[in-house]
Amino acid sequence: MLEIEIDGRKTEVADGSTVMDAAHQLGIFVPHFCYHKKLSIAANCRMCLVQVEKAPKPLPACATPVTNGMKVFTHSEAAVKAQKGVMEFLLINHPLDCPICDQGGECQLQDLSVGYGQSASRYQEEKRVVVNKNLGPLIATDMTRCIHCTRCVRFTQEIAGWMELGQAFRGEHAEIMPFIEKTVDSELSGNVIDLCPVGALTSKPFRFAARTWELSRRKSVSPHDGLGANLIVQVKHDKVLRVLPLENEAVNECWLSDKDRYAYEALNSEARLTKPMLRQCGEWREVDWQTALEFIGTDLKRVVREHGAASVGALASPHATLEELHLLQKFVRAAGSESIDCRLRQTDFSLDGKGVTPWLGLPVAEIAASDRVLVVGSFVRKDHPLLAQRLRQAAKKFTRVILLHVADDDQLIALHAKSIVAPSALAAELAGIVKAVAEAKGAAVDAALAGVQPSAAAKQIAESLASGEKGAIFLGNFAQQHAQAATLHALAQKLAELTGARFGYLGEAANSVGGYVAKAVPGASGLNAARMLAEPRKAYFVLHAEPELDCANPQQAMAALKGADLVVAMTPFKTRALDYAHVILPVAPFTETSGTFINTEGRVQSFHAVVKPLGETRPAWKVLRVLGNLLGLPGFEQDSSEAVRDEALGGKADSVAERLNNRADGVAITLSASAPTLQRVTDVPIHFADPLARRAPSLQKTRDAAPPAARMNAATLAKLGLVAGMQVKVSGGGTAILAAQLDAGLPDNCVRVAAGHPLTSGLGSMQGEITVERA
Amino acid sequence: MLSQESLKQIDREIAKYPAEQKQSAVMAALAIAQMEQGWLSTETMAEVANHLGMAPMAVYEVASFYNMYDLAPVGKYKITVCTNLPCALSGGVHAADYLKQKLGVGFNETTPDGRFTLKEGECMGACGDAPVMLVNNVRMCSFMQPEQIDRLLGECK
Amino acid sequence: MGALGFILDAAEGERSWRLAEYVRRGGYTALKKIINENIPPENIVAELKKSSLRGRGGAGFPTGLKWSFMPRQFPGAKYVVCNSDEGEPGTFKDRDILRWNPHMVIEGMIIAGYAMGCARGYNYIHGEIWDIYKRFEEALEEARAAQLLGDNILGSGFSFELQAHHGYGAYICGEETALLESIEGKKGQPRFKPPFPASFGLYGKPTTINNTETFASVPWIINEGGDKFLELGKPNNGGTKLFSVSGHVNRPGNFEVSMGTPFPELLAMAGGMRDGRKLKGVIPGGSSAPVLPTEIIMECTLDYDSIAKAGSMLGSGAVIVMDETTCMVKALERLSYFYFEESCGQCTPCREGTGWLYRVVHRIEHGEGRPEDLDLLNSVTENIMGRTICALGDAAAMPVRGFLKHFKAEFEYHIQNRKCLVPEDVQRAGSGFFKVA
Ligand SMILES: Cc1cc2nc3c(=O)[nH]c(=O)nc-3n(C[C@H](O)[C@H](O)[C@H](O)COP(=O)(O)O)c2cc1C
Ligand code: SF4
Ligand code: FES
Repeated sequence: MLEIEIDGRKTEVADGSTVMDAAHQLGIFVPHFCYHKKLSIAANCRMCLVQVEKAPKPLPACATPVTNGMKVFTHSEAAVKAQKGVMEFLLINHPLDCPICDQGGECQLQDLSVGYGQSASRYQEEKRVVVNKNLGPLIATDMTRCIHCTRCVRFTQEIAGWMELGQAFRGEHAEIMPFIEKTVDSELSGNVIDLCPVGALTSKPFRFAARTWELSRRKSVSPHDGLGANLIVQVKHDKVLRVLPLENEAVNECWLSDKDRYAYEALNSEARLTKPMLRQCGEWREVDWQTALEFIGTDLKRVVREHGAASVGALASPHATLEELHLLQKFVRAAGSESIDCRLRQTDFSLDGKGVTPWLGLPVAEIAASDRVLVVGSFVRKDHPLLAQRLRQAAKKFTRVILLHVADDDQLIALHAKSIVAPSALAAELAGIVKAVAEAKGAAVDAALAGVQPSAAAKQIAESLASGEKGAIFLGNFAQQHAQAATLHALAQKLAELTGARFGYLGEAANSVGGYVAKAVPGASGLNAARMLAEPRKAYFVLHAEPELDCANPQQAMAALKGADLVVAMTPFKTRALDYAHVILPVAPFTETSGTFINTEGRVQSFHAVVKPLGETRPAWKVLRVLGNLLGLPGFEQDSSEAVRDEALGGKADSVAERLNNRADGVAITLSASAPTLQRVTDVPIHFADPLARRAPSLQKTRDAAPPAARMNAATLAKLGLVAGMQVKVSGGGTAILAAQLDAGLPDNCVRVAAGHPLTSGLGSMQGEITVERA
Repeated sequence: MLSQESLKQIDREIAKYPAEQKQSAVMAALAIAQMEQGWLSTETMAEVANHLGMAPMAVYEVASFYNMYDLAPVGKYKITVCTNLPCALSGGVHAADYLKQKLGVGFNETTPDGRFTLKEGECMGACGDAPVMLVNNVRMCSFMQPEQIDRLLGECK
Repeated sequence: MGALGFILDAAEGERSWRLAEYVRRGGYTALKKIINENIPPENIVAELKKSSLRGRGGAGFPTGLKWSFMPRQFPGAKYVVCNSDEGEPGTFKDRDILRWNPHMVIEGMIIAGYAMGCARGYNYIHGEIWDIYKRFEEALEEARAAQLLGDNILGSGFSFELQAHHGYGAYICGEETALLESIEGKKGQPRFKPPFPASFGLYGKPTTINNTETFASVPWIINEGGDKFLELGKPNNGGTKLFSVSGHVNRPGNFEVSMGTPFPELLAMAGGMRDGRKLKGVIPGGSSAPVLPTEIIMECTLDYDSIAKAGSMLGSGAVIVMDETTCMVKALERLSYFYFEESCGQCTPCREGTGWLYRVVHRIEHGEGRPEDLDLLNSVTENIMGRTICALGDAAAMPVRGFLKHFKAEFEYHIQNRKCLVPEDVQRAGSGFFKVA
């Protein structure tokens, strides 16, 4: 520990601390621009100059290490003179266009210049003008305002993992820019807007939408991936105009993914429904709520009467709130059916009934404390942008991050090892790792592993895992959707046992855990999502989901829905439900209802509505409650979403922790012996993954939202006699016409076809064999 | 695309540095690429980035930071004249003026026949030999009085 | 080897830079002596301390002391780096050293590697002197072939690998941490210190950086002893030093003289003032040193202490001589333009301040000066100096302060009369360019 005195106040700081750290500890504000606690130290703005006793010149607080007994003055005449001098330099070439600047009101330069600036400029020369850059659909630039703090550059290098921005040229000609003609395509790109202390980088969709002081700030929780990033939603006249991160070190730190940040655009889109709609004699007609609900009541009774209660099923999105999921399952069950599911992309349900509530297996904040992390079957960077960010940082320190997957996308993580195999070989490869570890430890393995020969990569991974002390093994979205998900689970569990690692799931959606907690999963006599579609029901309740995009087998889903007697779609949007539903109910998106998401680490995060529902939109929990009442079902008396939540949680939030469980015993391990001639690798691209992201215009203009193609490696293309760019017909349960594309990161005989997009929704299962031929 | 010969030279440069420090060869690689192609196009910089495992922007930072890289096409002969004070005291600026008048172009301009590009340079570490000029980054010419300049221009076919 | 002029005495004769020639002149005897006598590294550092050799790159830091900062026993890679980036206007000595005596630098670096426990070195060579770079590479090949470089040098068990890295046109890379960034394949933006290179240098490893001339002085010190080197100069200013004389003299060039030599002697060696004109001022240590007027410089001796006392710096030993045909405003304008163009752009006071200084001086030179400009210039330099990451900020500010201090009247004349004190045609005649035409 080192002793330091700042402005007459003493404190002790850890060795290696800087003067800035010490000032923070004392609550003393030192003006700064380039310093940011999550970024490397650049010490280039010089705003934080302070006077240090015995030093001949002022020193930057952000970069000066504390020495024992140091005395610092942040407001002495010398310090203030230095700071004012720097402020003058920063302002001489800065346009004084605050009145029209989007940063106005939240500009650090503007704020500090009040205290450190001079009233009249001594700079009489012409000001510099810098041409703007096209950084893509999300970030607007006004580069003349740039003060060269390089926070954005360091962000892309250090946090996002790839240097998409840099400072080109030098001296006064220096310009912050991407490589020639390139844009910033990171899934975390929007964070540079928050980091930019001036108005050089601002939100393109938000541009000119409002002055920042006109906006009210409301807290919320991101409804997308399993992390549940904390949000500040900014609102004007009951319209969401911007989303910013709410800092929470344990969850999203100070970051957001672009999806978290920009998906709000969908809330204000043309695609919103505003009135209940009823299809009568093939015609859609807007009706009032009473009519719509009464229709449902009557028709549901008829279906149950004619076909039995078991003919009713419910498909819910895992992005729905806990309250919505709870009331939906309650409603379905009260109506006499156990067929409800929110695991729409899952194909292997053999873990059901084993008491599993899959979760991360440890707190998010503890990931970095693991010395080994094995990620199995995950497009981790795009599926979990901020968890990937944590892995990226961890890998720079002492964590060895290892990936076992089916595609070699650059995760921008310094991987210690990886193995990329075809989906059909995924379980066998994992089994190889288990076997190699078991052999090294002299432990017994399941009989099913008898014939397994660990590959070289498997052995290398095994060796690394076995040498660790504090490991973690995660099953990603792909592993969860895999046709052998239960086998992968059993193998990962065994591997965790052998290595003393923790084991868990990277939850796919905002409420993947919440779905289990709310029991939005089938009971023993009910059907799971896959079976509900394979064995068509007579009536379906569809909550927030778009089965043709969200289900493991979209083609089958459409067929089942089209053939039903009654389909009730509850959604904020005009979806393809227009093709198959009988009633469409406009229900509130997350900003228009209170609710709860339980994130992948089991964190219960409730939020309030931030705006009034649009038009006649109603929160889905209220709709379900009224529907329950209408049908005279018991248990629908809750008068607030809090009451619904408490009921779902059994009264207390901490009960969730007790329910989380990844352990399943007696799971049969089956390793497939043969591989199909050609198999599908399916990813759900980041902006195709949920109804909001799909309808956010700016997100849809990003590179991540490029239309799906049929991607193959060169050998596979050659074998099929195809060349990249060619139109091909992909068949498997249905067909899709796509462009063939080269993807060197795929194993042989694999065709990567993205799900979640209209272009591929005509296809069948996300898993298994497909064929490709010239279109 | 860079020639095999250039790539071989680049690989020789890479070998000068520790194995995990390939990026150290970027300056030499860009210089080699420029010598082959005359200037650094976007594609060339991307190729160098790829060859060295660098982000293209990191390569561009380097290419745009150092004065001797040309990010736009130049004439067959790029003549850089030092006009810094020590040279100016012995005719550096006047030599540049003489060249401008002879070639009919100003600094950062290329003659219509594409033969000459004239550049203003900073100190080349040869102030005792003023006026000094650098031809195509590699050939230093000293004591460039009018007569010597005329001869140089004559040699540059 | 003669006592005076030992660094450049090879400068006579064709191809005298070759290894055989260097060995004939007694080259590599210092290295062999160290190896044969198994001299402990500490003794080498002690000898350097005795010699009072001060860094020839500009800052004049005692070399022995610098070498003693290296954590010799620190496990893992450590580096020796030679700074041949010589870009400070007026300086052109390192080019001549490398041109005529590359092996002396190589030998000095090998000894440095031995003394500080480093197995690798780099020589960073100024981009514009391509032929010198090529020659240095050839000299390295010669040394390798003679087992003076590489594994197990001359069977000593000591290994040292040395490579050349060339710059490509950025003055700032002469600053030692910018130079390291540049070797790492980045743009040359200086690092904030601490940490200093001795603990966090090239690739984050302990590193010692010295100027070409500094390394070139090492073999002689080992051969002849630190005391003898010190005697060549004066206390606290050991040895001889190369002075690069440029500007309005009859015979510009490098002159190797004892530290403490009176300035008029150097001027005489350079052939005196061109065409016998009157001396107006001298920049004694490279363009960043404050200019000194005739009456002051003529009284100075050439050593760190004397020049510092006169209010300037010995710096790199670049002596820029200006006669009465020089317009001091124009001279400063050109220097200010240089620093403005060469600022790396990372830190605020330098990036913004150098442009401001240049623009104001430019205005004054172009007859658009305002009376308050001179105070403004002084104030801006004050806001730059001591507030930047590296010393380029100071280097840009000091000439401005020097010119304003000693030639203020000329600036005031410019502002009042909107023209030069020195008539255009007189200025034109001064350069001597049109003499022949
Ligand atoms: C802007 C700037 C430019 C410099 N240029 C050079 C240079 O060209 N050559 C050099 O040897 N040192 C130069 N230096 C000094 C170096 O940073 C460093 O002090 C020197 O190389 C150390 O070697 P020495 O101790 O042997 O002098 C420069 C310093 C600054 C701040
Ligand atoms: S003083 Fe100038 S050259 Fe040095 S770091 Fe700052 S901006 Fe760069
Ligand atoms: S905050 Fe310290 S220099 Fe910028």
